[in-house]
Amino acid sequence: MTAVDLRVAQRPNAPMTTYRYDEYDAAFVSERVAEFREQVNRRLSGALTEEEFRPFRLMNGLYLQLHAYMLRVAIPYGTLTARQMRRLADIADKWDKGYGHFTTRQNLQYNWPKLVDTPDILESLAEVEMHAIQTSGNCIRNVTADHFAGVAPDEIEDPRPTAEFLRQWSSLHSEFSFLPRKFKIAVTGAAHDRAAILVHDIGLRIVKNDTGEIGYQVVVGGGLGRSPFIGKVVGDFVPRKDLLAFLEAILRVYNRFGRRDNKYKARVKILVHEKGIDEIRAAVEAEFAAMDRSAFAHDPEEFERIAAFFAPPPYESLPATSVSLRAAKLETPAFANFVDVNVGAHKIPGYAIVTVSLKPIGGVPGDATSEQMRVLADASERFGFGELRVSHEQNIILPHVKQDDLFALWSMLDAAGLATANAGLVSDIISCPGLDYCSLATARSIPIAQAISKRFSDMSRQRRIGKLGVKISGCINACGHHHVGAIGILGLEKKGQESYQITLGGDPTFSASIGEILGPGVTAEQVPDVVEHLVDYYLAEREEGEAFIDTWRRIGHARFKDVLRREGEDGADI
Amino acid sequence: MPVFKHPQILIASNLTDGEVVFLGPSGWERDHRRARVARKADEATALEDLGKRDISANRVVDVYLADVEIGSDGAPTPLHYREKMRVKGPSVRLDLGKQAGEGAL
Ligand code: HEM
Ligand code: SF4
Repeated sequence: MTAVDLRVAQRPNAPMTTYRYDEYDAAFVSERVAEFREQVNRRLSGALTEEEFRPFRLMNGLYLQLHAYMLRVAIPYGTLTARQMRRLADIADKWDKGYGHFTTRQNLQYNWPKLVDTPDILESLAEVEMHAIQTSGNCIRNVTADHFAGVAPDEIEDPRPTAEFLRQWSSLHSEFSFLPRKFKIAVTGAAHDRAAILVHDIGLRIVKNDTGEIGYQVVVGGGLGRSPFIGKVVGDFVPRKDLLAFLEAILRVYNRFGRRDNKYKARVKILVHEKGIDEIRAAVEAEFAAMDRSAFAHDPEEFERIAAFFAPPPYESLPATSVSLRAAKLETPAFANFVDVNVGAHKIPGYAIVTVSLKPIGGVPGDATSEQMRVLADASERFGFGELRVSHEQNIILPHVKQDDLFALWSMLDAAGLATANAGLVSDIISCPGLDYCSLATARSIPIAQAISKRFSDMSRQRRIGKLGVKISGCINACGHHHVGAIGILGLEKKGQESYQITLGGDPTFSASIGEILGPGVTAEQVPDVVEHLVDYYLAEREEGEAFIDTWRRIGHARFKDVLRREGEDGADI
Repeated sequence: MPVFKHPQILIASNLTDGEVVFLGPSGWERDHRRARVARKADEATALEDLGKRDISANRVVDVYLADVEIGSDGAPTPLHYREKMRVKGPSVRLDLGKQAGEGAL
């Protein structure tokens, strides 16, 4: 058996599995850069006021933050080539401060660009087929997808062709450029949800019906932020040929009925909540039936053309398990831990999926230095067909590594401080930038993540604790997904001090739930103690095979609350 | 007349590079210790008017007054933790921002 497709195997180790711009894409992106350069010039000359300029800069992902501007670069469905990663590093060195922040929305944020430099940055991005369009504003944002797309053994279909199809449909969609609020779509094609589709405005789950036909389960009205909601099913099985028309119908219903009078009630989740999913479904179906669907008719050829970009790379045929891997694990315990925790099964025999943690103990979650970005680019070229992914957990994935190469890869990562074996464990914390960078923040979040990570720095203890999602946001906007953290932490201001509200029981997957509040807010110093008490209680109570969330679900929130109350009486002041 | 509890300084972001700046005796300063301090409500209003002028002149954006306390050396320090952060830089990267000698400090 060979998995090598000779049509795509001419260049060994060349990235095959990404979408390449066609002439239309390239022209459109470079026109946008030129247009923005003109807008920046007009702003600097005073021809545009800040009020006039703000919408233009936001359309190009440029914000004004606490210490500087911030540029948000889209990484569509999280897929990057080595060349793109290197370019991100070069930009960080040339126009920023030597690092970048990978976010929960598969974006990269630069925290220090100068306004005057941003047109050059965008031009530099455009050269490697990247941009910052629709990373801000009330439009359809960067479409996100499962970071194990195309390689996960539990996958029905690679979600990226669908995501790319949607990106092309939604980019500069004139009808949906000024929605009541921003709009986020996530796609998964697997049996396990790694894209948090139930907490997006629209979540798409690729499914197969009884006759073997591929279609989509469409979920609408999920979201976090000030009012968190789990999405509801609006279409159980939408055939691929109807997908664009169906989504168009949803967006039209939202565009027509979504509230524009109140920014805080403008998201589609509020519409779904206020009207009820049945009424929304009826409205969508009516719109779908009445609209001229020909404009959105599925073009199977176009879908196939896009899908071809995501064809599998030229894998070798290998035995399912590697002898050298087994030997290296026995010889080097640190490597064995890394493999056990950060390496996952691949659908092709002899290969593995590697999660590179951007959460070193005590580090800033999601930050990577330009040097680290280059190491990752090199590693992907040496060991993974030059392809990388960004996960919504703020980590980097190398999706096609030969098991035989894992030890060499690990050595390379280890030398660059990128081999922390904590994927999915208590120190693999999602954290938004919080008050260290964000102008909307009410408290810091990064130092909280650092303190928890340091508290649990013993890696064997972390493995004993097992899978545990800790997620931290610096304000109610919930960019750090705290609502869906098994332990969620929300930074607030209370009487002029930073205060942290803790929630338990959140879950971002198909079994999604929103966390429940534990009690009154605590101070920054108390957070690691609280987390430790909760973890200890879980360890004392857990049954065989249970993760934190399972124990919490089985024994109930009240018991966890109780134990903390008792600790508080003991003088822990919680 | 608004209640005037604390001395205030005027904070803004510099238009071209986004750096945090403070209105000083003769223009915008990158070091908050050189900020002009308003000790009465009418002085604060005067600072704000100067801020508005420089918004119109496209020098600065996002201009607002912040409460400060005056140290023994006469220099103002913001009272709120948000602005305390802005005069230094990120608390998690002491190698960046004004605290690291970038800008004026
Ligand atoms: C300039 C910095 C940022 C600003 C101004 C900002 C603003 C916001 C706002 C206003 C919301 C609330 C939306 C709503 O529910 O109506 C939000 C939500 C969100 N943001 Fe951010 N954010 C920033 C940075 C980030 C970062 C760094 C991340 C990832 C680490 C992120 C990811 C998200 C996510 C995932 C949500 C989820 C809520 C949802 O849409 O359901 N944002 N953001
Ligand atoms: S959650 Fe709040 S503090 Fe954190 S990045 Fe989002 S807006 Fe900023």
